[in-house]
Amino acid sequence: MKKKLSVSFSLLLIACVIFTHKNMSAQIIGINELKPLLSLQSDSTYIINFWATWCGPCVKELPHFEEIGKKYTNEKLSIIYVSLDLERQYQTVLLPFIEKHNLSHKVLLLNEPDPNSWIDTVDPVWQGSIPATLIYNDTKRAFYEKPFDFNTLDSTVSTFFINQ
Amino acid sequence: MKAILVICSTLLSLSLFSQSGYKIGDKAEDFSLRNVNEKFVSLSDYPDSKGFIVMFICNHCPYVVAYEDRIIAIDKKYSALGYPVIAINPNDPEVQPGDSFEKMQEKAKDKQYTFPYLFDEKQDVYPKYGATKTPHVYVLQKNKNDLIVKYIGTIDDNFADATKVKKRYLENAIDALLSGKEPNPSSTKAIGCTIKKK
Repeated sequence: MKKKLSVSFSLLLIACVIFTHKNMSAQIIGINELKPLLSLQSDSTYIINFWATWCGPCVKELPHFEEIGKKYTNEKLSIIYVSLDLERQYQTVLLPFIEKHNLSHKVLLLNEPDPNSWIDTVDPVWQGSIPATLIYNDTKRAFYEKPFDFNTLDSTVSTFFINQ
Repeated sequence: MKAILVICSTLLSLSLFSQSGYKIGDKAEDFSLRNVNEKFVSLSDYPDSKGFIVMFICNHCPYVVAYEDRIIAIDKKYSALGYPVIAINPNDPEVQPGDSFEKMQEKAKDKQYTFPYLFDEKQDVYPKYGATKTPHVYVLQKNKNDLIVKYIGTIDDNFADATKVKKRYLENAIDALLSGKEPNPSSTKAIGCTIKKK
């Protein structure tokens, strides 16, 4: 009974994450809530970007993801920003940052200690530096441990739409 | 001919996918890098040590800053036991001005670093190690004339709060070496800042 409830809760959370269009606020999640978002089965392409407000190269590339979202508005594309900011700075730092930078896609704060226990779950290739981005759909999956300029991000993302 | 092409391209792509840099068990090369006191430092300057805790760190990265006091404590504890910390800044100050040599000198003075804080000016030491972020730690153990890589990875499991640490990965690894055992785990991962390449 307990297991069924937690599965239902997770599915409900996932549904809320995917179908919320307006960015109301960030949600704080653990690795168990993040895991299902790393392998959703649908005809959409997912961009999962790992970043933090204090990470210079991360902040610099955020507008590029916003532009990509606008450019490919006719494609089935979901962008999720997974923040590795501190949970204690959720109110004071993360929420004001989201508002100031007009982040229009879902922001999730991953609050999970011991990264050694979950980095490989995201991708075994990931050495742990940020920014890092996972892009996947049902025909292609790749992990990019590097910052993106707009043109590189655009050409990379467009390769995911070829077979869709 | 076609078979050779297939084999070559497979080998090439496999080598691109594999992590470059040292693996556990590899022999580490020495280096000569400028310390914040302007003198050059090499691992051969420590003939009596049992090994080294080589740490790629920098001035600005919040993950390093959160660990600074713990790094000093680790040096104080383990240099007395034969494993001094040797810190190296691998970043290019033109990409990240906060990581200039002058800023390194300020940092070492402010925090009263007890260990050498060296500048990888040509950025040719960190690629040999295969460091990908700061902080990134390599424990080397002396074996006759060789320096063998015995542990690669992170310091502990909680960068944000030293009081909530449950797994002291680095200390456990060095304690294992000091008692004649192999570190387990011998490699760990953590979140860190990218190294700023020229």
